[in-house]
Amino acid sequence: MTERLLPTPSHTIGPFYGHALPFPGGPDVAPQGHPDTITLHGYVFDGAGAPIPDALLDFWQAAPDGSLTGAPGSMRRDPSTGGFLGRNGTDFTGFGRVATDADGHYALHTLPPGNAGLPYISVCVFARGLVHHLFTRAYLADGADPLLDSLPAERRATLIAAEGANRTYRFDIRLQGEGETVFLEFQ
Amino acid sequence: MALTQSHIDIEVDDLQNAYDKAVAEGGPVRHHPPRDYAPYRSSVLRHPKQPLVAVHGGDPETVELAGPVFGVTDITEIDNDLTRQHRGEPIGERMTVSGRLLDRDGRPVRGQLVEVWQANAAGRYAHLREQHPAPLDPNFTGVGRTLTDDQGRYTFTTIKPGPYPWGNHTNAWRPAHIHFSVFGTAFTQRLVTQMYFPSDPLFAYDPILRSVTDAAARNRLIATYQHDLSAPGFSLGYAWDIVLDGPSATWIEEGR
Repeated sequence: MTERLLPTPSHTIGPFYGHALPFPGGPDVAPQGHPDTITLHGYVFDGAGAPIPDALLDFWQAAPDGSLTGAPGSMRRDPSTGGFLGRNGTDFTGFGRVATDADGHYALHTLPPGNAGLPYISVCVFARGLVHHLFTRAYLADGADPLLDSLPAERRATLIAAEGANRTYRFDIRLQGEGETVFLEFQ
Repeated sequence: MALTQSHIDIEVDDLQNAYDKAVAEGGPVRHHPPRDYAPYRSSVLRHPKQPLVAVHGGDPETVELAGPVFGVTDITEIDNDLTRQHRGEPIGERMTVSGRLLDRDGRPVRGQLVEVWQANAAGRYAHLREQHPAPLDPNFTGVGRTLTDDQGRYTFTTIKPGPYPWGNHTNAWRPAHIHFSVFGTAFTQRLVTQMYFPSDPLFAYDPILRSVTDAAARNRLIATYQHDLSAPGFSLGYAWDIVLDGPSATWIEEGR
């Protein structure tokens, strides 16, 4: 490798992506009716503690068997109408996309990730005002982990989703201020 | 007190001068905008104040080394032609935007999803919360998708978006631009960015574009008019390549 190209700068997603990027079935990564389905949900907050209604979250995770290969079919299209068909209801693609609602809340329906080590779902946060997206991880359990173990206790806690009733996991994302979520930089 | 353009200009110039001085003194070139770019007011409460935590590439189990996969069922044949999505022709200057999606080693990023969204020719988005009093175009929604080919190439047919006012400060206007969302072969290559058009008089006044304080990096957001890309009697051609950042290029060679 000789040539090193310079990267294209990142820019904000802006407030008006709502007619473009979200798609029906975006939050439904788990096949319909799968008994192992879990719900990862929470709010995205700004530095004043206000919920952000114009954030977009991309999710990526290992399949329950640990596979990282992914599968197409997250945003299937209808070739006759041009509309969205949604997922086929049976395949697990590993990819989800959810826009926060008017209350700044999101919910992702998925299957437990089977990656080596502690199970986690990788999250990519976009919003108006964010000139560069932010990566974080929603860990579904606490325990020994190289990343978590490198953090002070209060910061570590921001990466661990709280298990609730009905196979739900609460994972709030705070962009700034008290309880600011740990955001990641891949090197 | 209403915040005027001249207030913003002073802030923008101060940050530009500070960056230029730092680089002249041997500081690092910043290819991406700083997260806390105050002249873009929406960024003030939306950037983390704690440093990002490094995840090192030595861990081959890192989920982010892989990424979503998209296939032909995820797009339709005309998804990349924004002028054909309705019964009639949209109003505006028809154009073809084409380029390659590359990694930092210059290798094509193949079979990856490229999504675009934009305002119409009058500078209005098909979005209810947008209040710019410019007409909506019943024949233009402003959304497109495509997959890159074996050379990493993408192509969209669309109409040139108009500039539009926004609420950052009094008399704030955005230069015409097309939003791009792209995926690479690893989750860490994910990018959302914007493409601009050559010689737009609004460049100097836009705190979002100016948030990229490195002039050369800013220029990489501007497409080039390319006559060979113009379709005779049909559309004007703009070329714009996208280069994905991130450590994944080398990781993939080692890890897969």
